[in-house]
Amino acid sequence: MRPLALSTHTPGTEVESKLALTEFLLSNRDVQASARRTLDWLSAHTQVEQAIVALRDQLTGQVLLVAEYGVTSIHVVDFGLRQEDTEHPLVRALLKTEPTYFESTPKAFQAPVLAPFHAIPLKGEDDDTPDGLLIVGARGPEVDPDVAWIGRVLGRQVSRLVGRSTLADSRFGQERMLLYSIINAVTDPILLTDTEGKLIIANSHAEKLFAAPEDASEGWRRAAALNNMLFSAALSTSAVAQTDLARRELLLVDPLEGSDLLFELLSSRAKDERQGTYVVSILRNVTDLARAKEEIEESYRTLRLAQAEVRDERHRLELIIDSVADPIIVTDPEGDIVLMNEPAERLFTVSQVAGDAPHRRVQANGAHLTSFVSNVLTESGQRRYRGELQLLDPASGRPSPMEGLAGQILSEQRELIWVVTILHDLTEALDKARLYEQLKKASAELERKVQEATAELAEQNELLRRQQIGLEQASALKSQFLANMSHEFRTPLNAILGYTHMLLNGVSGAVSDAQRKSLSRIDSNSRHLLALINDILDITRIEAGRMPLNVTSFDLPQLVDEVMSELEPIIKRSTLAVSSRMSSKLPALRSDRQKVKQIVLNLLSNALKFTPAGSVTITATYDSRNRMVRIAVRDTGVGIGEEDQVKVFEDFRQLDSSPARGYGGTGLGLSICRRLAQMLDGSIDLTSELGKGSTFTLSLPARVRRR
Amino acid sequence: MTGPASREPLVLVVEDYQDAREMYSAYLQFSGYRVAEATDGVEAIEQAQRLMPDIILMDLALPRMDGWEATRRLKSDERTRDIPIVALTGHALAGHAEGARLAGCDAFVTKPCLPDALVTEIKRMLSASSRAKRNGRHLGQPRS
Repeated sequence: MRPLALSTHTPGTEVESKLALTEFLLSNRDVQASARRTLDWLSAHTQVEQAIVALRDQLTGQVLLVAEYGVTSIHVVDFGLRQEDTEHPLVRALLKTEPTYFESTPKAFQAPVLAPFHAIPLKGEDDDTPDGLLIVGARGPEVDPDVAWIGRVLGRQVSRLVGRSTLADSRFGQERMLLYSIINAVTDPILLTDTEGKLIIANSHAEKLFAAPEDASEGWRRAAALNNMLFSAALSTSAVAQTDLARRELLLVDPLEGSDLLFELLSSRAKDERQGTYVVSILRNVTDLARAKEEIEESYRTLRLAQAEVRDERHRLELIIDSVADPIIVTDPEGDIVLMNEPAERLFTVSQVAGDAPHRRVQANGAHLTSFVSNVLTESGQRRYRGELQLLDPASGRPSPMEGLAGQILSEQRELIWVVTILHDLTEALDKARLYEQLKKASAELERKVQEATAELAEQNELLRRQQIGLEQASALKSQFLANMSHEFRTPLNAILGYTHMLLNGVSGAVSDAQRKSLSRIDSNSRHLLALINDILDITRIEAGRMPLNVTSFDLPQLVDEVMSELEPIIKRSTLAVSSRMSSKLPALRSDRQKVKQIVLNLLSNALKFTPAGSVTITATYDSRNRMVRIAVRDTGVGIGEEDQVKVFEDFRQLDSSPARGYGGTGLGLSICRRLAQMLDGSIDLTSELGKGSTFTLSLPARVRRR
Repeated sequence: MTGPASREPLVLVVEDYQDAREMYSAYLQFSGYRVAEATDGVEAIEQAQRLMPDIILMDLALPRMDGWEATRRLKSDERTRDIPIVALTGHALAGHAEGARLAGCDAFVTKPCLPDALVTEIKRMLSASSRAKRNGRHLGQPRS
């Protein structure tokens, strides 16, 4: 065994201590005590770290260990040497007279002391047979003088005492072995220390914690050193000194595992007459206990959390069922209400201060509910029941028709534990049904009105249709009337023109210049009136749809030639340069020749009429992309202001409408031309600048659409 | 009316409107023609059969019997069918000209028609008629 803590012994002088040891040995008759005291001196005064004293039993021939120092108890227990085993190096050393030096531990040889060591035979005089061995750790082959001295002193003492009392008689060796065996058999670490914490005896379990073998890892060493410090600190507290039995917790390190080990440290003082006060410490490993405790605490916490969750769950459930607008009632199998939500409370509970009527109504409601719930409580085995209840609003007494659904809640053992009843207020449903009826009635009414309106509309349509027929007839009559009118106009006009003409031609004799002038006025006004009548007739016919299209194929250049020759007298009278340019790509037109001619004639005569000087040009071109023919009449005449360019196409428009105008015409020409162009799917466009001239362009499809 | 003995061509003017009838008559006479008059279709047929005029100026709108009917009858009568008839109408509505031609009229003049224009047309018809007679052709036959 090695010292666990530094000894605080203060050695006296060498001579004094040797004297004291010698005196002790002379007065002492116990061989074991002598051996122990000798080793104590060695540990105190030399550098020796390990030493044992083994003595030969005269009867059994066994070599028994009687004292040790710095040696593990395992080695103490295992130490066994027989005198007959002469091959054993230690036995051979025993039989020698001089110390044997072991530089290393021999093979197949168990030595309690680590090599190098000396095995020093213990004997009285030089010729005596050694009675035992002092095995002591060495630093070299040379035996330390102090060690040699101890060997001699102890040899004499052993020789003196062995002769009187044998080892076997004293039996201390066996008892000692037994004691070691017992404490080693205890699974708890047990230590015997002095009051300062210096280790005297430790069992194998304690050694594992507090002593690291020579070849131990660095970690193990550190753990053992730490454990020693912790243990000493625990012992040094005053508690140990004051009470006989101290109990506390001690946290140590498992040197092999590195994990924390929790021990319960039980320390008690033991007094020995000879050797003073010792402290016996028993360490009980409570690591697992602590762990178990923690686990229990953890499960307790979990349980608490679970309970809180269950509470929350129930709270939430209550919130949920309270938030349901329909009354929900939970009853036990006896029919007593165990839970209900707020809407249900309004039906089945009443405040104490309420009057008699609300109390009666609540009781009546409860009775209705009980009989309703009984539908699922009977032996019929029905798990759900749906039906209607006639409840009353407790406050107002207003009937509350309810639809109810009662359902059984069964336990895992299929036993009925609760009945849940959900009520649904039918008042709203009945209201809705009533509203639906009203809506249906209103809808029917609406449908009837729509039908009436439709019938009326049909009637009005019929009326309109008849009116349209009437209008068409009226329009036709109007056209006929106008046609007749124009005929009737013409007849007298014919006479006026004729007689005027005859007078001017001298049928009735010569006329004076003044008469001729007047007759000329009559003639020109009559002609104007005739032109007006003809134009009105044209417009009337177009608008009445009685201007039929007479579609034929014809060539445009020929038509233009005709027009120019018809206007030849006027052209000749003027000083204008009149020309025509016909594109060679012009196709044969398929249109109403007479109407095209009428338009071109009108445009050209207008151009001649309104051009005092310069030129008039007719050009005809063909655009093959849209198959349109363009006939443009360009003049260098008076032109038309932008503000008037739309007006010229209106009925009865002539820019200068004075009776004394120099142009003549009815003011209907362009209006008729535009109408005729539209009949032919074409159009007339005008570009003009006042004082510079005008260009009227007739655009026509090369082939008029069939209609 | 002028006697039929004259060698000048006799024009039968059929017109119900007196002013117009007399106006054309006066101008025709002024232009050197002999003139006979009728006021309706029935009278026109009687006069034509009796006088055998060289040419008839026929207004189409007439009382009792209209100009179309009178023309058809004259043209279907062996005796009168070679007499050229110039139709005279105030209606410029489409169809009138065609109707007149179908009835057998040889020419068509729209009122108002100035007296000199009418005389010009009659002159033209008469010279065509006399050419046809010289060539042995009947004027009343439809032109192909």
